[in-house]
Amino acid sequence: MTTLQAMGRPVPAWRTVLERLFRRRVVLVATVLLGWVVAVAAVWPALSSADPSAIDISARLHPPSSAHWAGTDELGRDVWLRIVHGARFSLLIGSVTAAGAVVLGTLLGLLAGYFKRLDAPLMRLVDAMMSFPDILLGIALVAILGPSLWNVVLALVIVYTPRVARVVRAATLVLRELLFIDAARALGVRTPWILWRHILPNLASPILVQLTFIFAYAILCEAGLSFLGVGVPPEIPTWGTMIAGSIDYADRALWVILYPGLAIVFTALSLQVLGDGVRDLLDPKLRKAA
Amino acid sequence: MLRFLTRRLAGALMVLALVAVLVFLLTRLASGDPVALLLGDQATAADIARVRAEYGLDRPLGTQFLLWLAQVAQGNLGDSLFLQRPVTQALLERAEPTLFLAGFAVLVAALIGIPCGTAAAVWRGHWADQLLSGVAMLGASVPSFWLGLLFMQFFAVKLGWFPASGYGDPDTPLLERLHHLVLPALVLGLLNSALIIRFTRASVLDILSEDYVRTARAKGLPERSILLHHVLRNALVPIVTILGLTLALMIGGAVVTETVFNLPGVGNLVVRAVLRRDYPVIQGTLLVIAAVYVLINLGVDLLYTVVDPRIRLEAK
Repeated sequence: MTTLQAMGRPVPAWRTVLERLFRRRVVLVATVLLGWVVAVAAVWPALSSADPSAIDISARLHPPSSAHWAGTDELGRDVWLRIVHGARFSLLIGSVTAAGAVVLGTLLGLLAGYFKRLDAPLMRLVDAMMSFPDILLGIALVAILGPSLWNVVLALVIVYTPRVARVVRAATLVLRELLFIDAARALGVRTPWILWRHILPNLASPILVQLTFIFAYAILCEAGLSFLGVGVPPEIPTWGTMIAGSIDYADRALWVILYPGLAIVFTALSLQVLGDGVRDLLDPKLRKAA
Repeated sequence: MLRFLTRRLAGALMVLALVAVLVFLLTRLASGDPVALLLGDQATAADIARVRAEYGLDRPLGTQFLLWLAQVAQGNLGDSLFLQRPVTQALLERAEPTLFLAGFAVLVAALIGIPCGTAAAVWRGHWADQLLSGVAMLGASVPSFWLGLLFMQFFAVKLGWFPASGYGDPDTPLLERLHHLVLPALVLGLLNSALIIRFTRASVLDILSEDYVRTARAKGLPERSILLHHVLRNALVPIVTILGLTLALMIGGAVVTETVFNLPGVGNLVVRAVLRRDYPVIQGTLLVIAAVYVLINLGVDLLYTVVDPRIRLEAK
């Protein structure tokens, strides 16, 4: 807190922060939608005993009805139930990937931004990794690690870490030169403590924005990997594997791919709108202009 | 200027070297023996050892890397384990659909992104700006294969306007081959226009606050000609950069779209190679794709300094 006050920025209480964040109606809608997705994914499977992988050959490819809200797939499984259960895996993959990439990327970015000697080698490595298109690097990594849920997460963490590192480094480079860091150094504060107590808190806004964006990208990228057959094993119902498994039936029963896809779009969009809202809120440059 | 050039070139070379190391390590750390896969269950241990020696897979890792690098430097990316041809030839055969697809997609993205982004910037804060910015965010939230499948169902299966998939033989007329690319290019272009809209908006907003725009307004120039001659002209420089990088990323990044529409492109080649652990093909394609990205990046940077002398001076 002292660092923030030293920069002449008043520290708003959480309530005012939320009030300001939700002043933009879209951000509020996105947050509510996201909360609804998480709540349904968490609560529904606990309350309902219906089995999402229950096969019912007599009810193959039924269109949406009151019994099956989103229709049934090629094995007679209820698409809505599978979306709800799939949400757990898709959200898990997205959140763990985002958390992992942010932690690793922040560490790398801090080191590169604060220690001049580490800057060039670390950033060339980041450049090299970012020369591969996301999905291609993901494919190569999953191929090496083997297709499993956690290997996909690990691969996605490796894919998105350089992105965070770049953002954090840029912000650290600016912070490093500010007066309060000089002051801390002059007072004899040790370097790890400067990084932890004085630099890191000021990186909260770019890190938070990256967190929401990578959450969204990871869900999209997992779906792409599953579609290509190099992602999560098909028996685990993520939104990606659902679409990938039912592609051959799309011409007769569009709902088998339509609804899981819409789940991806709504979730990814909500996350990005929320991230955008956070950026607007925390970016002092934009705030002044508004 | 010369110092800037050499520094930039050295940086690019270092990135390329790191890319080569990464590509090599990526494929060598993989589990699963390609030779065992190639020879099948019937192969004896002696057979496997012989073929491993034939491909140089029995040497130490460092030696393998140097040998491979020496070959690459001569333009030889090795032979595919499964396709019975050199990797360079396989790549060249697959280059046409991928390059056309990437080119058309970037064109679509630019044609949608630049006007929409400019409009959003000019009407900043207006409902039109919010709508366009929302659409841009939507574009970044849609999985490309899902949109591709929906487009295919609607435009190809239902309306029959375009072929649903494939690319046609090399001897079919070029126009017919390009007809196959319309849907995939639309899908890729639409989704990538999201980035271009956001970028154009930011870039135009930046220029709109410049002193010379205010001067132009004060002189009484019509808003239209200010926008065209003063604003867009200057805003275009960074936009062209992003278009170039988008093009570079699409050459390998269109894997998913290529697979949806069953296009025999570079991405398709990589996916198949990965599924069969065809190391030379994976290595070669990844290396070429990353190298193209690094070179386009370098080219764009150098072009920048030619167009805008300020950058050159700042770098000194």
